Amino acid sequence: MRPSQAQDETACAQDTIDLRRFGVIGAGIMGCGVAQAIARAGSPVELIDLDDDRLQAAQRTLRSNIRQQKFFDRSAPPVDDQLALIRMTTCYDGLAEVDFVVENVTEEWDAKAGVYARLDAVCKPECVYAANTSAISITRIGAATKRRDRVVGMHFMNPVAMKPTVEVIRGHHTSARTLDAAAAFLKSIGKAGVVVEDMPGFVSNRVLMLTINEAVFLVQDGVAAAAEVDRIFRECFGHPMGPLETADLIGIDTILKSLERLYEAYWDTKFRPAPLLRKMVDAGLHGRKSGAGFHSYAS
Amino acid sequence: MSQALAGSAAETTPIRAHTRQFLARHVGDTMPSDSDDLFKAGYVNSLFLMQLVTFVETRFAVTVEDDDLKIENFRSVEAICEFVAGKDWALQSAEA
Repeated sequence: MRPSQAQDETACAQDTIDLRRFGVIGAGIMGCGVAQAIARAGSPVELIDLDDDRLQAAQRTLRSNIRQQKFFDRSAPPVDDQLALIRMTTCYDGLAEVDFVVENVTEEWDAKAGVYARLDAVCKPECVYAANTSAISITRIGAATKRRDRVVGMHFMNPVAMKPTVEVIRGHHTSARTLDAAAAFLKSIGKAGVVVEDMPGFVSNRVLMLTINEAVFLVQDGVAAAAEVDRIFRECFGHPMGPLETADLIGIDTILKSLERLYEAYWDTKFRPAPLLRKMVDAGLHGRKSGAGFHSYAS
Repeated sequence: MSQALAGSAAETTPIRAHTRQFLARHVGDTMPSDSDDLFKAGYVNSLFLMQLVTFVETRFAVTVEDDDLKIENFRSVEAICEFVAGKDWALQSAEA
């Protein structure tokens, strides 16, 4: 039996999970995607980031993403109505009454740890924290909070609006009730979860990052151009996108950080990032969000 | 900056030319015909839709309303021409 299971099951029997108010930390690609999904479901959400410049960029991203979603979801409310449900701010005070927070801070430990200290200072005790991460240990995040049983991993895929399923990660102390809350949250935004155990990279990134990194090495070594690498995956394997298109979509900087986290976690050289990846990050070629990566996205 | 070419339904030549020029930068070696379905034929994927919308709004100075956000309006060069020509459009310079 997990440490908090017995206590947790008692709590489950006493009340039901009622999630009404939501917070999203980090207004980058993933944070915007999660906030968009909450707004599409008709719920208000606090979207928090460090400064006004990031929030203004998020406003543009959200408008573009919500408009894109209209192509595939004709019954979606008007774009402006969805945007109005997303309150963008740099202040954490509005999180005092939220039931569920999704944290989407960059894949760096110090940045994440700082956020959880601020959350603990303002969020009510029963609020659940979902860490949207592709590589950082949920157990470690839980240990950085005063509510380790109410911390769960939630690895959303990009673009959030178009991906029906989320990788849900059970930390060592994550309670069954917290997993129920995670499932309830996902259901409320029209998604399902697949629960896996907590090891760095979980299932998805432990496999995907190796594939992308090796594809980068192929380009670096002159074996094939990016277009050819992607074409082989699309046309030979029938994948919707090739690994380098996927890297551009995720963000080259995020790929590099994810590989660095995996390398640090396993001390296994199979996760060492391709030098070309670092060079591209230094050059500002961050993928789709910057207009160029392995492919060009300029309008 | 707006150029002298004001829009009308009969003047789709500039729309077609600029749309083809834009697509040529994104579709690789093989250029689609004007009637080809860009998405079904695999020239681009659905993530390209908003690049098309941004292109249309900036290059032709039209507003793409909520109700215009339909794949039918952006499915092919022909569809884009018809959509833009149905708006009050004006050619903008590439730097716009």
